[in-house]
Amino acid sequence: MSLRSPLGKVLGHGSAKDGTGHFFGQRVSGLALALLGSCFMVCLFVSTDFSRAAVSAEIGQPINGVMLLLLSLTLAWHSYLGVQVVIEDYMHGAGSKLAALLISRFVHTLLAVAAVYAILKIGFGA
Amino acid sequence: MSNNDRPLSPHLSIYRWPITMTLSILHRATGLALSVGLIVLVAWLFSAASDDASYSLILAALDSVPGRVCLIGWSFAFFFHLSNGIRHLVWDAGFGFEKHQANASAWFVLVLALILTTAFWVLRP
Repeated sequence: MSLRSPLGKVLGHGSAKDGTGHFFGQRVSGLALALLGSCFMVCLFVSTDFSRAAVSAEIGQPINGVMLLLLSLTLAWHSYLGVQVVIEDYMHGAGSKLAALLISRFVHTLLAVAAVYAILKIGFGA
Repeated sequence: MSNNDRPLSPHLSIYRWPITMTLSILHRATGLALSVGLIVLVAWLFSAASDDASYSLILAALDSVPGRVCLIGWSFAFFFHLSNGIRHLVWDAGFGFEKHQANASAWFVLVLALILTTAFWVLRP
């Protein structure tokens, strides 16, 4: 047991110098998603044919493909930042927190890469 | 010994749950729900890039009753998280922090999200 006060333990260590980037990343990606997400919802709203051929033809349009790429990547980043905050808030064990953060990072990276691969594959008509 | 002049912490028997708290929790909950939705969105895109069998599997799952309930839930989560996210951005810019403003914007966001969700499904062509 340490006799040092909680304040004494942290004084002089400084901050991680990392919080501002997270703060702005969350907000800038949020603003981008307000636009990209709304465009996506409008596309879903006006679409009536969700067969594979029709959806592939839509995604194959260059403008749609680019918008969908931007949406997927921004969404993965925004989601990663948000899930990170939730994990840090509610998981208190050092090991389980680290494990959850790592899993979240791996899963979000996987989702981003899978989305990019799928959109490009459809776009290039392979 | 008692001192009646001391401030009281929230009295649980007369405590009224503030609407702003509901919105704060909902923002987090809808955010998590949308993260799960991202997995489904990517699975849908990936199956479209893969083959007919996996695509029709995903489409059938989304077209089932539980699937439709999830899609409606995700659409509400999207519209709520969008509206409330803009509310957060307005706060970050330094506006609307008074108690009556925060309460009013909370109700506005909640009603707007419900209207948008309803419109999205009812007005579909």
